[in-house]
Amino acid sequence: MAGAHKFDQVEYYKPEDLLALDYRPPETGWMDTPVDFRPGTWIYPGKPKHLEYLDLANPRQWAPTDENWKLPENWKEIVLAGIKERLEKYRSFKIFMDICVRCGACADKCHFYIGGGDPKNMPVLRAELLRSVYRNDFTTAGKILGRLAGGRELTVPVIKEWFYYFFQCTECRRCSVFCPYGIDTAEITMMARELLNLLGLNVNWVIEPVANCFKTGNHLGIQPHGLKDTLTFFADDIEEVTGIRVDIPMNKKGADFLFVTPSGDFLADPGTYTCMGYMMLFHELGLNYTWSTYASEGGNFGLFTSHEMIKRLNSKIYAEARRLGVKWIMGGECGHMWRVLHQYMDTMNGPADFLEVPTSPITGTRFEHARSTKMIHIVEFTADLIKHGKLKLDPSQNDLLKVTFHDSCNPARAMGILEEPRYVLRNVCNHFNEMPENTIREKTFCCGGGAGLGTDENMEMRLRGGLPRGNAVRHVQQRHGVNRLTAMCAIDRATLTTVCDYWAPGVKVAGIHELVANALVMKGQKERTINLRLEPINEVEEQPICEVEE
Amino acid sequence: MNAFLSLVAVLAVMLAAYVGTGVLDAKFLFGTVLPYAAIATFLIGFIYRIVDWAKSPVPFRIPTTCGQQKSLEWIKSDRLDNPHDTIGVIGRMALEVLCFRSLFRDTKMERHEEATVVYGPGLWLWIGALAFHYSFLVVFVRHLRFFTEPVPYVAVLLQRVDGFFQVGVPPVMASNLFLLAALAFLFARRLWSPQLRYISLASDYFPLFLLIGIAGTGVLLRHFVRTDIVNVKEMAMGLVSFKPAIPKGVHWFFFLHLTLVATLIAYFPFSKLMHAGGVFLSPTRNLANNNRMVRHVNPWNAPVKVHTYEEYEDDFRDKMKAAGLPVEKE
Ligand code: HEM
Ligand code: SF4
Ligand code: SF4
Repeated sequence: MAGAHKFDQVEYYKPEDLLALDYRPPETGWMDTPVDFRPGTWIYPGKPKHLEYLDLANPRQWAPTDENWKLPENWKEIVLAGIKERLEKYRSFKIFMDICVRCGACADKCHFYIGGGDPKNMPVLRAELLRSVYRNDFTTAGKILGRLAGGRELTVPVIKEWFYYFFQCTECRRCSVFCPYGIDTAEITMMARELLNLLGLNVNWVIEPVANCFKTGNHLGIQPHGLKDTLTFFADDIEEVTGIRVDIPMNKKGADFLFVTPSGDFLADPGTYTCMGYMMLFHELGLNYTWSTYASEGGNFGLFTSHEMIKRLNSKIYAEARRLGVKWIMGGECGHMWRVLHQYMDTMNGPADFLEVPTSPITGTRFEHARSTKMIHIVEFTADLIKHGKLKLDPSQNDLLKVTFHDSCNPARAMGILEEPRYVLRNVCNHFNEMPENTIREKTFCCGGGAGLGTDENMEMRLRGGLPRGNAVRHVQQRHGVNRLTAMCAIDRATLTTVCDYWAPGVKVAGIHELVANALVMKGQKERTINLRLEPINEVEEQPICEVEE
Repeated sequence: MNAFLSLVAVLAVMLAAYVGTGVLDAKFLFGTVLPYAAIATFLIGFIYRIVDWAKSPVPFRIPTTCGQQKSLEWIKSDRLDNPHDTIGVIGRMALEVLCFRSLFRDTKMERHEEATVVYGPGLWLWIGALAFHYSFLVVFVRHLRFFTEPVPYVAVLLQRVDGFFQVGVPPVMASNLFLLAALAFLFARRLWSPQLRYISLASDYFPLFLLIGIAGTGVLLRHFVRTDIVNVKEMAMGLVSFKPAIPKGVHWFFFLHLTLVATLIAYFPFSKLMHAGGVFLSPTRNLANNNRMVRHVNPWNAPVKVHTYEEYEDDFRDKMKAAGLPVEKE
């Protein structure tokens, strides 16, 4: 490693170094192996101003490498009381603390363990970090037998270990698929992060977006006029490609539906192309919809903070739908956003009895499966349009793309939207190949940067966590010449770009609606020669656009 | 180390039983007091644990979905791995409990040259766990012949089917062999795999040793020690009819078996063996993925501090107006 590069740059890491993996656990038992905060594997702490703004505990300047973390005086009481409270509030937590048999079925299922080999990244051991304290202070056997019963006293080094390893879990739920009792380490991580937050221990990559979202309505802190400018830029680009000027309805009262998408789609390529895709689709169909500046974030980094924070941020969506008087809500392509919208929103901020069951104004389909939340996924909407033959599509406009599809963790394992995206993709491109079976659908691998871990100072862990996905991409790249990885997730579009550049160079990342929009034949469009990336859509001369061999 | 401590603990139980019944004559203690105490501990403990779990609410509906959701009519949903209604959930739970569905998914990670990691099927744990649980069930049911009069037909039938090899007198029971083999496997993999050894606690080895001890002494009793079955049955019937009596002629070796069983039963509610009850309450498995169809109610859904639209507009009104965005208050 080393050289002119720093630990937050990809170039700092040589694949052969990362691949010198050793899965043998260390000589010392896990309770006696202290955590090592080496650069590249942990994330900067939350800045005090954000904690203050959000009324979170113990705002202060600190660093994980400091000896003294400036914990509150009675930190131990706080944590033990916090555990007790959560055991009483969540059956999931209590059951998952009690019934693990340490069979190890989950052990080699975590991308961080596969790509890193650190035994504490085996989901079972990650959970044991907290479970050992639970046993020591909350079970009869643990109180009497202590360490013999797997109990361990809560100390400052234990808290440090929690901070390190519970911010090395992307809450992807892959382990939960394989556990004979469905023990979901993501749920345990959520509890542990709540406990850490009680002491003011969190990471800036999560807390800054949360603070931004609370104030401006989106993680990136884009202010209302800024959002308007952004969407106007997109309209300019669309006009350049298609010759059509799309309109941008914002904060419009009386629209049929409110559209909410992750703000990542506003800021960075390649998410921006997906966002253009939404705008083109809605324009072409002449839909009466609206964007909102107040509810300008579908994602919810509250999910990586606490249940309370999920609710605080999520409340805006229903509130805005009510204020604008829309009939229903549609959500864009995002992963963790859909965990919140599907599994938490209605319970937390519903009932949405002021809305109507979502109904497609084009096909008349009533989306009965969303009859309570009143919110549908755009890919469900588009799949329905295609099925009814309502879109004029020319898949050959994507002919330079050899496509594969990455199931994002939450849509796959907390919802099950597996066929809709595949159906859409097969209709908008001519070359589609699946990655190996054990790496897709409910067994899909995380991008390695979800749950607030996708920041550059965490680069080593991101590359390691991205290895299993990167491997599978490289497999189809070598076998089928795949050069485009599609995903319905804003975090994926950002983090998988890094992962592919590193583990499967030559493969670029795209959202589904980018491909939809490229294939979409719009009324009155000019002849399409370039795609939304302003690249030619047909081969120029003989040259292949992408090298398949390495 | 953890394995060794557990072994010592199990041997200590056996030694106590031997001293108590083979050297001293405390058969009443080991043959009557201990079994009753164990059963009482089990019943009270088990019920307490279940009630304790049930007392905590399920605030959110968080199934882990392992197949296609129910959405558009023309897309076939996966009713068992991603159930959207109660029937589907019952099916999913039945598959979990009877066939260990999730373990069946198991894959084994293997490193190949260079950057390749592949995930092959890894069915050994599934096979071992199924073999253990089902042979344990068969042995359990066969034991009913000691505790009932007349003996239920299942127990008689199982006894016959189980001994179908017709090897030896009395015939060797296939379930005993399966049970011991499965336990040996579960134990061996814990020691063999460095990762499993690393995560295993004393409380992971202890039940395995107990079970091996129980099955081992059981087999020895059947084929070698040859205690008087009639006396054992008399004693068992005495226990279940609350007229306990220890007939003469019950070999001390039988008390090793009995004491180990009592230990297992009493230990059960305090241990990971409670997975047997807990799996039924696991919210990632026993809830339907109908989140968007039916609202799930959280009993403690507390109000939280939010940033209202009015506050937001106050913060940004001028900028909104300048950008031509509509506002509520001019
Ligand atoms: C859905 C139902 C169940 C599943 C999926 C399940 C799964 C497992 C697994 C995977 C193990 C192996 C642990 C190891 O690696 O050592 C195990 C052990 C065990 N189970 Fe179950 N089990 C279930 C129900 C039950 C029931 C109903 C009982 C009833 C008595 C039971 C009793 C035991 C015992 C005694 C052990 C052995 C102790 C041990 O290995 O630690 N299980 N179970
Ligand atoms: S698969 Fe489940 S029971 Fe087995 S070790 Fe992992 S969490 Fe524990
Ligand atoms: S939820 Fe994902 S990241 Fe977390 S322990 Fe499980 S597999 Fe690993």
